[in-house]
Parts: sequence; C-alpha cells; structure tokens
Amino acid sequence: MAVAKNKPASEPAAPSRDAPGIAEFSKEQELTSYREMLLIRRFEEKAGQMYGMGLIGGFCHLYIGQEAVVIGMQMAIKTGDQVITGYRDHGHMLACGMDPKGVMAELTGRTHGYSKGKGGSMHMFSVEKGFFGGHGIVAGQVSLGTGLGFINHYRGNDNVSLTYFGDGAANQGQVYESFNMAQLWKLPVVYIIENNRYAMGTAVNRSSAQTDFSKRGLSFNIPGIQVDGMDVRAVKAAGDLAVEWCRAGKGPYILEMMTYRYRGHSMSDPAKYRTREEVEKVRTEHDPIEQVRARLLQKKFASEEDLKKVDAEVRAIVNEAAEFASHDPEPDPSELWTDVLR
Amino acid sequence: MAELTYRDAVARGIAQEMERDNDVVFLGEDIGKAGGVFKATVGLYEKFGPLRVRDTPISEQAILGAAMGAAMTGLKPIAEIMFSDFFAVCFDYIANEFPKSRYMTNGQVKCPLVVRTGNGAGSRFGAQHSQSIENWAMMIPGLKVVAPSTPLDVIGLMAAAVRDPDPVIFFEHKSLYATKGEVPDGEIVDTLGTAKIVRPGKDATILALALMVPRALEAAERLKAEHGIDVEVIDLRSLVPLDTQTVLASVARTHRLFTVEENPRLCGWGAELVSIVADEAFYDLDGPPVRITTPHIPLPAADILEDLALPNAERIADRVRRSLEG
Repeated sequence: MAVAKNKPASEPAAPSRDAPGIAEFSKEQELTSYREMLLIRRFEEKAGQMYGMGLIGGFCHLYIGQEAVVIGMQMAIKTGDQVITGYRDHGHMLACGMDPKGVMAELTGRTHGYSKGKGGSMHMFSVEKGFFGGHGIVAGQVSLGTGLGFINHYRGNDNVSLTYFGDGAANQGQVYESFNMAQLWKLPVVYIIENNRYAMGTAVNRSSAQTDFSKRGLSFNIPGIQVDGMDVRAVKAAGDLAVEWCRAGKGPYILEMMTYRYRGHSMSDPAKYRTREEVEKVRTEHDPIEQVRARLLQKKFASEEDLKKVDAEVRAIVNEAAEFASHDPEPDPSELWTDVLR
Repeated sequence: MAELTYRDAVARGIAQEMERDNDVVFLGEDIGKAGGVFKATVGLYEKFGPLRVRDTPISEQAILGAAMGAAMTGLKPIAEIMFSDFFAVCFDYIANEFPKSRYMTNGQVKCPLVVRTGNGAGSRFGAQHSQSIENWAMMIPGLKVVAPSTPLDVIGLMAAAVRDPDPVIFFEHKSLYATKGEVPDGEIVDTLGTAKIVRPGKDATILALALMVPRALEAAERLKAEHGIDVEVIDLRSLVPLDTQTVLASVARTHRLFTVEENPRLCGWGAELVSIVADEAFYDLDGPPVRITTPHIPLPAADILEDLALPNAERIADRVRRSLEG
C-alpha cells in the first residue's frame, strides 16, 4: 500500500514514522482474523437489511470497511483488559466475543438483547467480556476509558484500556483533558483514533486543522503512530507495541488507524459528500477482508473450498442471530421502570 | 460529642469512608495538598496519600469521566467539582453518562460515585460562582440528590452517599462551611431520602434545604415571638429520593404549605413539591401553597444586591404571616 502524504480521501491507509510495520501472521492467525472480520461484515450487512425492513429502528451505525482495526487490536490484548468505544460499536462487541444473537436482539429492541432493548444500537455492554459500551455522545467515552485506565493503575495490575474514538470525536475538548490526565498519571490507556476520513459527513481536511491525528498527543508527550488500519497485521503489530508500552507503566499511547467506512455515517445518511468511485476504489484496492483472503489463498493456507465453508459458517451464525432477534419477545412494559436507580 | 464546623465535617465524613473501604478514592482540583479551596478537605492528602487523594488538572470533564470509568469497574470515587456552577462545563457526564449507565446496560454497569460540590450564594462571588443548582440535578432521572444543612448531616449523608450503589450529587452549601454543630463520636451513617422535622409546629409547614433551613428556622422563631404563629420546619435534606411521606403527613396536620428555595424561581424544586402536595393532599390545604424563592435573575456580586435576592428570615416570616392572615 502506498505511503503518501497529502493523500486524497480515497487513500485511507498510510502508515507513518515509527510504525512497526506488519506482523507476519501464522496460518491460524490469518484464518482467525478472516473469520472474525467476516463475521462483523456479514453481521453489519444483515443489520443494514433488517433496518431497511423496519425490524431495527432508531440509529444504526455500520462498521463495514473498518473491521481490521478492532480485530487486529483484539488480537493484541488479553483477558482483563477493557474495551470502550462510541456509537459505531457493533464490530467491537463481536470482536470482544459477545453473542451475535444478543447484539442483534438489542438492535431489534427485544428481551434478550444485551440491554433488554433499553440501550439500542449505541448502548450495549458486557462486563463479562470486558466491553464497557457503546456510548452515544461523541467523545464521551474518551474520559470514561481514561477512568478504566485509572482503575488498572490503582489496582496495580497490568491491564490496559483500549479507548476507541473517531476522527470527529478527536476534535472534542474532553479528549485533551483526558490526554493530559492520562499522561500526568501514567495511566495505561491505548487511545485508538479510527480515522475513517469523515466526521459524520465532513471530510477530515474540512473539519480538522491537524489531520495527522497521531500527533494530537504531541504536546503531552504521548507517543503516537499512524497505522494502516486496513491491514489487520499492521494493526496487530501496532497494537502489540502500544499495549506493551502501557503494560510497562509508561503511560498512554495513541494509535491512529487509517481506515475507511464504506457506508454512510448512519443508515439515514446517503453519503452525498463523497463519490461512488471513491468508495469503490477503497473496496477494490484496500478491503481488509479481501487482503486476508488473497493471502490465505496465495500462501495456500486455505483453498477456495475451505473459505466457502468459513463463509457458510459465518452466514449461518448471522442468520441465526437475525432469526433470533426477529422472534425474541419484545420487552415487558414493566421493564420501563427497572434499573433506573437501585 | 464534639462541636464541629460544617467544613470539618466534610473532611471527617470522607475520612470515615476512606478508612473503611480502600476502594474509596477522592479526586478533584486543589483538594489534596492545598486542602480544598474551601478548606473542607484539609488533612486527607496527608492521611491517605496521593494515590487515594488525587489533585487533578483543571479538567472537569476528565475528572467526572475518570471517576465514572473507575466506578464502572469497582471503585467508589468521590469527585469534587469546586463550584456547582461548573456542572455546566461537565454536564455531559452528569446528565448523559452517570444516570444512564444502569438503565442502558441491563443493570450490568453501576455507577457508585459521589460528586460533591460547593453550591449556593452568600459569598459575593457573582453570577458564575454563586448559583443554587440542585434543581438541575433533580430533573435528571437516574441521579440521587442530597443537600445537608448541618455538620452531623454532612457526615451521615456523605457515608450514605458513598455506600449507595448509584451516582449521588452531594451539594454542600458554601455559606454553611463556617457554621457549627454538635456531632457524636464514632461512625455516623444516615439514610438517603429521609427528611427531618427540625422544628415541629401546628400552623403551617415550611420546606427548606441547605442554607434556607437555618433561615426558615429563624423565621419560625420570629413568627412565634412576634405573632404567635407556630410553624413546622422540615429540612428536606434529599431531593431524590424525596421523602414525600414526611411532607404529606405534615401538611395533613398544618394545612398550609410554604417552600423556601434558593434556586431561581422557574422550575425550582419547590414547584415540584407544591405539585405533589396539590395532587396528593389538595383537600388537606386550607389555602394556596406559597413558594418563597430567589427571583429569576442571575445573581449579583454586590452584597446589598445579593442579600436582596436571596430569601432571608424577615422575608420568609413576612410572607408566611401575610399569607396566613390573608
């Protein structure tokens, strides 16, 4: 993938200075990442369909195109580490190992959704899986993720907090309050800026004075690197580097993931602020899943037949989730009043 | 038993809970080495050390965000927002994050934290450092809201707030910090959501909170001495949960209701109380409920003007007398 400065929006990935390059993946890692990314892709496609059919209401922000970011990062962490993100959160939940049925049932507002239908697309949590939301206010989670780092530091364990936010959120004020606090107190937080080139419908170069988000921590002396967020191996390598830095007690780390969202900001966004060709170019040249697929075949880690089987298994999981979420009962009216206060 | 200032009661209440539970941490601006801008947290830094008593940057959003992040994973943070006016700077966490955590997570994520803050007027700080904003907190479902008026209540309600599994907004009144009260030795733990009848009476019920409690009590003594009017004064102490039973039972005895509120008039907590009494006990009332409030204006700095704005004993007594005689 080309390394270029002043890249057009259609060139999402440009790893920069100090990036650790790519991690060579074993057969197992290639296959696992393929399967996990594909699960997110198919799940999101299904969610999009179900939204179109009226089975999912409200907001629905799809993660399609950005799958390598969350899967690569997940491969770099261990049990006990925490993950927190904003509203484009379905991929993060699946990556954390949350049950697709529970996630989809939350999208359809049903009883066995992760929040019994009271959270919806943007607000799902699994303490068991180390996933702390799912937050609807742009950048609100950045200070919360800093607090997750605070408890790791307070407890003296070596866990880290993966705090995800977008290029849009990076222009909110509490991000910088949090950067300062995290570096001051050497909190183990990996700030992962998913730069998908658009803050809602406004391109980064139209919304940000400094479009190299890896530099946003410079004045706090927080190290940051740009990473090819379309290559799961590059994400994993950068994740290893940042997580190790945090575990060693050196404070926070910033990873700017150069990625791209194929769909609109939400289901109600026709994405008229960019051309069809721009999207198509990324899809054909940089797709994170196709990259792994090509390697799997080229390295003879898998045959077309093997991959078809994986595809079928993933589709079955997603179909089962959709089926479940369509027929799970709606929440009892009494749920309106539960979990407000103790 | 010892006489303690409201200010020292804050430090004692926090210390009591920090001694008891290592998961209680305290963070805020100038709270540690400096002892707090109101000197309400003197000695805590020396006693518990910099890991548990954290001086923070001047970053209200990061303070509350970090407190919630830590609370979600098992700590019980006490966060200070120096002046309650600054809630407006970090309101996202107060309005959108803390109170929604339990509801949006199917009860998985609890937010057992306390935000303590200097509330109210009387120090001539002007419009941006003097407001009574307890009604801002009261209007948000998912928060608990307390406002003690005595040193004893500060300690007991602080303990109750820290031990509570929900986010509690703890309003300390700046003009009460220097006031004194008797406090027994040993552990003190109170109950949230309980009002106190601080002066029994038969002719009318006055509901008050924080600084307005001593003012209502002074008004009650004047009414008794000068006009033979015997009013009951209730210190609500807690707006959420709200002890409506104590209020309704009092109105059933006295048949008249007055609220004394420091918050500006529109949508003040007294309006909610009057509405509840009108709904539940309309036929107990012998006359219209009356709200005595700060007018709906920003607060002035000049002492003569600030004093004019806040309800005082004279105004309270006069309003009650005219209404009862009316």
